[in-house]
Amino acid sequence: MSKPTLNQYEITRYSRIYSLGAARGELVVTNDEIAGPIDSSDEWIRQRTGIITRRRAGADTSMMDLAVVASKEAIEKAGIDPKEIGAVVFNTITHPYMTPSAATLLAELVGANPAPAYDISAACAGYCYGIAQADALVRSGVAKYVLVVGAEKLSDLIDPTDRTISFLLGDGAGAAIVGPSDFPGISPTVWGSDGSHWDAVGMTSSLLDFRDGKSGWPTIRQEGQTVFRWAVWEMAKVAKQTLEKAGIEAKDLSALVTHQANIRIIDEMVKQLALPESVAVARDIVNTGNTSAASIPLAMHELLRTGAVKSGGYALEIGFGAGLAFAAQVVVLP
Amino acid sequence: MALAQADVLAGLAEIVNDETGIPADSVQLDKHFTNDLDIDSISMMTIVVNCEDKFGVKIPDEEVKNLETVGDAVNFIVSAS
Repeated sequence: MSKPTLNQYEITRYSRIYSLGAARGELVVTNDEIAGPIDSSDEWIRQRTGIITRRRAGADTSMMDLAVVASKEAIEKAGIDPKEIGAVVFNTITHPYMTPSAATLLAELVGANPAPAYDISAACAGYCYGIAQADALVRSGVAKYVLVVGAEKLSDLIDPTDRTISFLLGDGAGAAIVGPSDFPGISPTVWGSDGSHWDAVGMTSSLLDFRDGKSGWPTIRQEGQTVFRWAVWEMAKVAKQTLEKAGIEAKDLSALVTHQANIRIIDEMVKQLALPESVAVARDIVNTGNTSAASIPLAMHELLRTGAVKSGGYALEIGFGAGLAFAAQVVVLP
Repeated sequence: MALAQADVLAGLAEIVNDETGIPADSVQLDKHFTNDLDIDSISMMTIVVNCEDKFGVKIPDEEVKNLETVGDAVNFIVSAS
Protein backbone atom coordinates (compact mmCIF):
# COMPACT_ATOMS: atom_id res chain seq x y z
CA MET A 1 0.00 0.00 0.00
CA SER A 2 1.53 3.34 -1.01
CA LYS A 3 1.75 6.30 1.37
CA PRO A 4 -0.40 9.34 0.53
CA THR A 5 1.65 12.40 -0.52
CA LEU A 6 1.75 15.28 1.95
CA ASN A 7 0.20 18.60 1.13
CA GLN A 8 2.54 21.61 1.43
CA TYR A 9 1.84 25.32 1.22
CA GLU A 10 1.46 26.76 -2.24
CA ILE A 11 3.99 29.54 -2.57
CA THR A 12 3.17 33.11 -3.54
CA ARG A 13 5.67 34.86 -5.78
CA TYR A 14 5.72 38.40 -4.36
CA SER A 15 4.73 40.38 -1.29
CA ARG A 16 4.37 44.05 -0.45
CA ILE A 17 3.35 46.43 2.28
CA TYR A 18 -0.29 47.38 1.71
CA SER A 19 -0.63 50.14 4.28
CA LEU A 20 0.73 51.77 7.42
CA GLY A 21 -0.84 53.01 10.63
CA ALA A 22 0.60 55.34 13.27
CA ALA A 23 -0.04 56.43 16.84
CA ARG A 24 2.05 58.73 19.01
CA GLY A 25 1.87 59.41 22.71
CA GLU A 26 -0.51 62.33 23.35
CA LEU A 27 1.98 64.42 25.33
CA VAL A 28 4.42 66.73 23.54
CA VAL A 29 7.45 66.86 25.84
CA THR A 30 9.93 69.68 25.23
CA ASN A 31 13.65 69.65 25.97
CA ASP A 32 13.17 72.30 28.65
CA GLU A 33 10.83 69.97 30.52
CA ILE A 34 13.44 67.23 30.87
CA ALA A 35 16.73 69.17 30.85
CA GLY A 36 16.86 69.90 34.61
CA PRO A 37 17.59 66.41 36.02
CA ILE A 38 20.39 65.85 33.48
CA ASP A 39 21.88 69.30 34.05
CA SER A 40 21.39 70.12 30.39
CA SER A 41 19.59 72.58 28.11
CA ASP A 42 17.38 72.76 25.06
CA GLU A 43 20.40 73.79 22.97
CA TRP A 44 22.61 70.93 24.24
CA ILE A 45 19.92 68.32 23.49
CA ARG A 46 19.14 69.73 20.03
CA GLN A 47 22.81 69.88 19.09
CA ARG A 48 23.58 66.33 20.19
CA THR A 49 20.38 64.57 19.13
CA GLY A 50 18.34 66.77 16.81
CA ILE A 51 15.33 66.33 19.07
CA ILE A 52 13.08 69.34 19.65
CA THR A 53 10.19 67.43 21.23
CA ARG A 54 9.47 63.80 21.99
CA ARG A 55 5.99 62.30 22.17
CA ARG A 56 5.07 60.44 25.32
CA ALA A 57 1.94 58.70 26.52
CA GLY A 58 0.21 59.74 29.71
CA ALA A 59 -0.43 57.47 32.67
CA ASP A 60 -3.80 56.38 31.27
CA THR A 61 -2.46 55.38 27.84
CA SER A 62 -0.82 51.99 27.51
CA MET A 63 1.55 50.61 24.92
CA MET A 64 -1.35 48.38 23.81
CA ASP A 65 -3.65 51.40 23.35
CA LEU A 66 -1.14 52.88 20.90
CA ALA A 67 -0.72 49.53 19.11
CA VAL A 68 -4.49 49.17 18.63
CA VAL A 69 -4.86 52.66 17.11
CA ALA A 70 -1.98 52.12 14.67
CA SER A 71 -3.15 48.61 13.74
CA LYS A 72 -6.74 49.65 13.08
CA GLU A 73 -5.55 52.42 10.76
CA ALA A 74 -3.35 49.99 8.83
CA ILE A 75 -6.15 47.40 8.55
CA GLU A 76 -8.65 50.01 7.38
CA LYS A 77 -6.26 51.50 4.81
CA ALA A 78 -5.41 48.04 3.48
CA GLY A 79 -9.11 47.49 2.86
CA ILE A 80 -9.05 43.99 4.33
CA ASP A 81 -11.26 42.21 6.82
CA PRO A 82 -9.24 41.67 10.03
CA LYS A 83 -10.44 38.05 9.93
CA GLU A 84 -8.22 37.61 6.85
CA ILE A 85 -5.07 38.33 8.90
CA GLY A 86 -3.07 35.12 8.99
CA ALA A 87 -0.46 36.19 11.55
CA VAL A 88 0.19 39.01 14.02
CA VAL A 89 3.87 39.80 14.62
CA PHE A 90 4.36 42.22 17.52
CA ASN A 91 7.69 43.93 18.09
CA THR A 92 8.21 45.52 21.50
CA ILE A 93 10.49 45.72 24.50
CA THR A 94 7.94 47.42 26.75
CA HIS A 95 5.14 44.88 27.06
CA PRO A 96 4.84 44.79 30.85
CA TYR A 97 4.01 41.06 31.09
CA MET A 98 6.60 38.37 30.44
CA THR A 99 3.67 36.18 29.45
CA PRO A 100 1.19 36.06 27.79
CA SER A 101 2.35 37.91 24.70
CA ALA A 102 1.20 41.32 23.55
CA ALA A 103 0.37 39.90 20.13
CA THR A 104 -2.49 37.63 21.20
CA LEU A 105 -4.23 40.49 22.99
CA LEU A 106 -3.74 42.77 20.00
CA ALA A 107 -5.19 40.12 17.68
CA GLU A 108 -8.25 39.96 19.91
CA LEU A 109 -8.60 43.75 20.13
CA VAL A 110 -8.42 44.35 16.37
CA GLY A 111 -10.69 41.47 15.36
CA ALA A 112 -7.96 39.13 14.11
CA ASN A 113 -8.63 36.36 16.65
CA PRO A 114 -7.82 33.40 16.09
CA ALA A 115 -4.77 34.37 13.98
CA PRO A 116 -1.44 33.00 15.19
CA ALA A 117 0.20 35.80 17.15
CA TYR A 118 3.61 36.21 18.75
CA ASP A 119 6.07 38.81 19.99
CA ILE A 120 9.57 39.58 18.76
CA SER A 121 12.25 41.05 21.02
CA ALA A 122 14.68 42.73 18.65
CA ALA A 123 14.39 46.24 20.10
CA CYS A 124 14.99 48.99 17.55
CA ALA A 125 15.52 46.40 14.80
CA GLY A 126 12.18 44.75 15.63
CA TYR A 127 10.01 46.29 12.94
CA CYS A 128 12.38 45.26 10.14
CA TYR A 129 12.66 41.79 11.68
CA GLY A 130 8.86 41.72 11.57
CA ILE A 131 8.72 42.78 7.92
CA ALA A 132 11.26 40.07 7.08
CA GLN A 133 9.09 37.47 8.79
CA ALA A 134 5.87 38.79 7.24
CA ASP A 135 7.46 38.69 3.79
CA ALA A 136 8.49 35.06 4.37
CA LEU A 137 5.10 34.05 5.79
CA VAL A 138 3.21 35.58 2.86
CA ARG A 139 5.47 34.29 0.09
CA SER A 140 5.63 30.81 1.56
CA GLY A 141 1.84 30.70 1.61
CA VAL A 142 1.59 30.35 5.39
CA ALA A 143 -0.44 33.56 5.75
CA LYS A 144 -2.33 35.71 3.29
CA TYR A 145 -2.03 38.92 5.30
CA VAL A 146 0.30 39.66 8.21
CA LEU A 147 -0.09 42.48 10.70
CA VAL A 148 3.34 43.76 11.76
CA VAL A 149 3.39 46.14 14.70
CA GLY A 150 6.15 48.02 16.49
CA ALA A 151 4.88 49.59 19.69
CA GLU A 152 6.63 51.02 22.72
CA LYS A 153 5.92 52.93 25.89
CA LEU A 154 9.56 53.61 26.65
CA SER A 155 8.66 56.27 29.20
CA ASP A 156 7.99 53.35 31.59
CA LEU A 157 11.69 52.44 31.41
CA ILE A 158 13.45 55.79 31.69
CA ASP A 159 15.52 57.37 34.43
CA PRO A 160 15.12 61.17 34.32
CA THR A 161 18.72 61.60 35.57
CA ASP A 162 20.25 59.33 32.89
CA ARG A 163 22.35 61.23 30.35
CA THR A 164 22.94 58.29 28.00
CA ILE A 165 19.55 57.60 26.41
CA SER A 166 16.47 58.36 28.53
CA PHE A 167 16.10 61.93 27.27
CA LEU A 168 15.89 60.65 23.67
CA LEU A 169 13.02 58.27 24.23
CA GLY A 170 9.38 58.59 23.26
CA ASP A 171 6.22 56.48 23.06
CA GLY A 172 4.40 55.39 19.92
CA ALA A 173 3.25 52.61 17.65
CA GLY A 174 3.51 51.90 13.94
CA ALA A 175 1.76 49.11 12.06
CA ALA A 176 1.88 47.58 8.60
CA ILE A 177 -0.19 45.08 6.68
CA VAL A 178 1.89 42.82 4.45
CA GLY A 179 0.19 40.69 1.81
CA PRO A 180 0.52 39.06 -1.62
CA SER A 181 1.53 41.22 -4.57
CA ASP A 182 1.64 41.22 -8.37
CA PHE A 183 5.11 42.82 -8.28
CA PRO A 184 8.20 42.58 -6.01
CA GLY A 185 7.46 44.83 -3.04
CA ILE A 186 9.95 43.72 -0.38
CA SER A 187 13.61 43.01 -1.17
CA PRO A 188 15.71 40.33 0.50
CA THR A 189 16.45 41.36 4.09
CA VAL A 190 20.01 41.81 5.33
CA TRP A 191 19.85 41.02 9.03
CA GLY A 192 21.92 39.74 11.87
CA SER A 193 23.18 40.28 15.38
CA ASP A 194 26.35 40.90 17.38
CA GLY A 195 26.06 39.52 20.88
CA SER A 196 29.66 40.52 21.65
CA HIS A 197 28.10 43.93 22.38
CA TRP A 198 25.17 42.44 24.31
CA ASP A 199 25.53 45.07 27.04
CA ALA A 200 26.06 48.13 24.82
CA VAL A 201 22.34 48.99 25.01
CA GLY A 202 20.02 47.46 27.56
CA MET A 203 18.67 47.46 31.07
CA THR A 204 20.50 48.61 34.18
CA SER A 205 19.69 45.31 35.90
CA SER A 206 17.54 42.19 35.66
CA LEU A 207 14.06 41.80 37.11
CA LEU A 208 15.50 39.18 39.47
CA ASP A 209 17.95 41.74 40.90
CA PHE A 210 15.04 44.14 41.32
CA ARG A 211 12.97 41.46 43.09
CA ASP A 212 15.86 40.66 45.42
CA GLY A 213 16.40 44.31 46.33
CA LYS A 214 19.82 44.41 44.62
CA SER A 215 18.79 47.20 42.24
CA GLY A 216 16.17 49.83 41.64
CA TRP A 217 13.57 49.63 38.87
CA PRO A 218 15.50 48.60 35.73
CA THR A 219 15.83 51.39 33.17
CA ILE A 220 17.45 51.65 29.74
CA ARG A 221 21.11 52.66 29.34
CA GLN A 222 23.55 52.72 26.45
CA GLU A 223 27.24 53.12 25.76
CA GLY A 224 26.76 56.01 23.39
CA GLN A 225 30.11 56.01 21.59
CA THR A 226 30.14 52.25 20.99
CA VAL A 227 26.59 52.34 19.67
CA PHE A 228 27.28 55.39 17.50
CA ARG A 229 30.30 53.78 15.83
CA TRP A 230 28.36 50.57 15.13
CA ALA A 231 25.18 52.34 14.06
CA VAL A 232 26.93 54.52 11.50
CA TRP A 233 29.84 52.62 10.03
CA GLU A 234 28.66 49.04 10.40
CA MET A 235 25.09 49.91 9.43
CA ALA A 236 26.26 51.89 6.39
CA LYS A 237 27.84 48.63 5.20
CA VAL A 238 24.53 46.81 5.85
CA ALA A 239 22.65 49.51 3.94
CA LYS A 240 24.97 49.11 0.95
CA GLN A 241 24.59 45.31 1.04
CA THR A 242 20.82 45.73 1.13
CA LEU A 243 20.81 47.94 -1.96
CA GLU A 244 23.00 45.40 -3.72
CA LYS A 245 20.71 42.51 -2.78
CA ALA A 246 17.71 44.53 -3.89
CA GLY A 247 19.40 45.15 -7.24
CA ILE A 248 19.10 48.91 -7.07
CA GLU A 249 21.37 51.89 -6.42
CA ALA A 250 21.09 54.75 -3.95
CA LYS A 251 19.90 57.05 -6.73
CA ASP A 252 16.88 54.79 -7.29
CA LEU A 253 15.59 55.38 -3.77
CA SER A 254 12.74 57.73 -2.94
CA ALA A 255 13.48 57.57 0.77
CA LEU A 256 15.88 56.48 3.48
CA VAL A 257 14.05 55.52 6.65
CA THR A 258 16.49 54.56 9.37
CA HIS A 259 15.64 53.76 12.95
CA GLN A 260 15.19 57.20 14.49
CA ALA A 261 17.92 56.92 17.13
CA ASN A 262 19.70 60.25 16.85
CA ILE A 263 19.86 62.85 14.07
CA ARG A 264 23.67 62.66 14.16
CA ILE A 265 23.54 58.95 13.28
CA ILE A 266 21.09 59.68 10.46
CA ASP A 267 23.17 62.56 9.06
CA GLU A 268 26.43 60.62 9.24
CA MET A 269 24.83 57.63 7.52
CA VAL A 270 23.55 59.86 4.72
CA LYS A 271 27.14 61.04 4.31
CA GLN A 272 28.55 57.51 4.30
CA LEU A 273 26.00 56.38 1.70
CA ALA A 274 26.60 59.50 -0.45
CA LEU A 275 22.85 59.77 -0.98
CA PRO A 276 21.75 62.14 -3.72
CA GLU A 277 19.58 65.06 -2.62
CA SER A 278 16.61 63.53 -4.44
CA VAL A 279 16.31 60.93 -1.66
CA ALA A 280 13.98 62.02 1.15
CA VAL A 281 15.56 61.29 4.51
CA ALA A 282 13.20 60.54 7.40
CA ARG A 283 13.92 62.77 10.39
CA ASP A 284 10.80 62.12 12.46
CA ILE A 285 13.04 61.98 15.54
CA VAL A 286 12.98 65.79 15.62
CA ASN A 287 9.34 65.84 16.75
CA THR A 288 8.72 62.30 18.01
CA GLY A 289 11.97 61.23 19.69
CA ASN A 290 13.35 57.70 19.62
CA THR A 291 10.47 55.21 19.82
CA SER A 292 12.51 52.01 19.27
CA ALA A 293 10.49 49.40 17.33
CA ALA A 294 7.88 52.00 16.36
CA SER A 295 10.24 54.56 14.87
CA ILE A 296 10.57 53.25 11.31
CA PRO A 297 6.85 52.81 10.51
CA LEU A 298 6.12 56.13 12.25
CA ALA A 299 8.78 57.91 10.21
CA MET A 300 7.64 56.31 6.94
CA HIS A 301 4.01 57.13 7.73
CA GLU A 302 5.01 60.76 8.29
CA LEU A 303 6.91 61.00 4.99
CA LEU A 304 3.81 59.74 3.18
CA ARG A 305 1.38 61.89 5.19
CA THR A 306 3.30 65.09 4.48
CA GLY A 307 3.72 64.27 0.79
CA ALA A 308 7.52 64.18 1.01
CA VAL A 309 7.36 60.84 -0.81
CA LYS A 310 4.77 59.15 -2.97
CA SER A 311 3.32 55.68 -2.93
CA GLY A 312 5.17 53.35 -5.28
CA GLY A 313 8.70 54.66 -4.65
CA TYR A 314 11.50 52.61 -3.13
CA ALA A 315 12.43 53.13 0.53
CA LEU A 316 15.44 51.65 2.27
CA GLU A 317 14.46 50.88 5.86
CA ILE A 318 17.09 49.91 8.39
CA GLY A 319 16.61 49.07 12.04
CA PHE A 320 19.45 48.63 14.56
CA GLY A 321 19.72 48.53 18.30
CA ALA A 322 19.93 46.49 21.46
CA GLY A 323 21.24 42.98 21.04
CA LEU A 324 23.00 44.22 19.11
CA ALA A 325 20.55 43.36 16.36
CA PHE A 326 19.95 44.80 12.91
CA ALA A 327 17.76 44.29 9.84
CA ALA A 328 17.30 46.18 6.58
CA GLN A 329 15.28 45.82 3.43
CA VAL A 330 14.10 47.91 0.49
CA VAL A 331 10.33 48.18 0.28
CA VAL A 332 7.89 49.73 -2.15
CA LEU A 333 6.15 52.57 -0.33
CA PRO A 334 2.47 51.74 0.25
CA MET B 1 57.51 51.80 10.88
CA ALA B 2 55.95 54.31 13.27
CA LEU B 3 54.46 57.43 11.77
CA ALA B 4 56.10 60.78 12.56
CA GLN B 5 54.38 62.76 15.30
CA ALA B 6 54.26 65.93 13.17
CA ASP B 7 52.56 64.09 10.31
CA VAL B 8 49.96 62.58 12.62
CA LEU B 9 49.26 65.96 14.21
CA ALA B 10 48.79 67.56 10.79
CA GLY B 11 46.49 64.74 9.63
CA LEU B 12 44.47 64.81 12.84
CA ALA B 13 44.11 68.60 12.62
CA GLU B 14 42.70 68.21 9.12
CA ILE B 15 40.19 65.59 10.31
CA VAL B 16 39.12 67.77 13.25
CA ASN B 17 38.68 70.70 10.89
CA ASP B 18 36.52 68.63 8.51
CA GLU B 19 34.29 67.37 11.31
CA THR B 20 33.94 70.51 13.42
CA GLY B 21 35.15 73.50 11.42
CA ILE B 22 37.79 74.27 14.08
CA PRO B 23 40.83 75.86 12.35
CA ALA B 24 43.57 73.27 11.88
CA ASP B 25 46.19 75.47 13.52
CA SER B 26 44.16 75.49 16.74
CA VAL B 27 44.61 71.74 17.05
CA GLN B 28 47.77 71.65 19.18
CA LEU B 29 49.20 68.82 21.28
CA ASP B 30 48.26 70.41 24.61
CA LYS B 31 44.61 71.08 23.68
CA HIS B 32 41.90 69.15 25.52
CA PHE B 33 39.27 67.84 23.12
CA THR B 34 36.32 68.65 25.39
CA ASN B 35 37.48 71.61 27.48
CA ASP B 36 39.51 73.53 24.87
CA LEU B 37 38.06 72.45 21.52
CA ASP B 38 34.44 71.83 22.66
CA ILE B 39 34.28 68.52 20.78
CA ASP B 40 31.40 66.32 21.96
CA SER B 41 31.47 62.52 22.31
CA ILE B 42 29.77 61.87 18.98
CA SER B 43 32.12 64.13 17.02
CA MET B 44 35.00 62.50 18.87
CA MET B 45 33.92 59.09 17.63
CA THR B 46 33.68 60.38 14.05
CA ILE B 47 37.21 61.77 14.40
CA VAL B 48 38.42 58.43 15.78
CA VAL B 49 36.96 56.44 12.88
CA ASN B 50 38.42 58.87 10.34
CA CYS B 51 41.83 58.57 12.06
CA GLU B 52 41.62 54.79 11.79
CA ASP B 53 41.03 55.11 8.06
CA LYS B 54 43.70 57.73 7.50
CA PHE B 55 46.49 56.22 9.61
CA GLY B 56 45.65 52.53 9.27
CA VAL B 57 45.42 51.93 13.02
CA LYS B 58 42.76 50.44 15.28
CA ILE B 59 41.49 52.60 18.14
CA PRO B 60 39.24 50.44 20.37
CA ASP B 61 36.10 51.96 21.93
CA GLU B 62 37.50 51.47 25.44
CA GLU B 63 40.62 53.46 24.48
CA VAL B 64 38.69 56.50 23.25
CA LYS B 65 37.90 57.76 26.74
CA ASN B 66 41.65 57.91 27.48
CA LEU B 67 42.28 60.24 24.55
CA GLU B 68 41.64 63.45 26.45
CA THR B 69 44.08 65.73 24.65
CA VAL B 70 45.28 66.05 21.09
CA GLY B 71 48.67 64.84 22.36
CA ASP B 72 47.07 61.69 23.82
CA ALA B 73 45.54 60.89 20.42
CA VAL B 74 48.69 61.64 18.47
CA ASN B 75 50.85 59.51 20.80
CA PHE B 76 48.38 56.62 20.67
CA ILE B 77 48.30 56.68 16.87
CA VAL B 78 52.10 56.92 16.61
CA SER B 79 52.60 53.99 18.97
CA ALA B 80 49.91 51.90 17.26
CA SER B 81 51.27 52.55 13.77
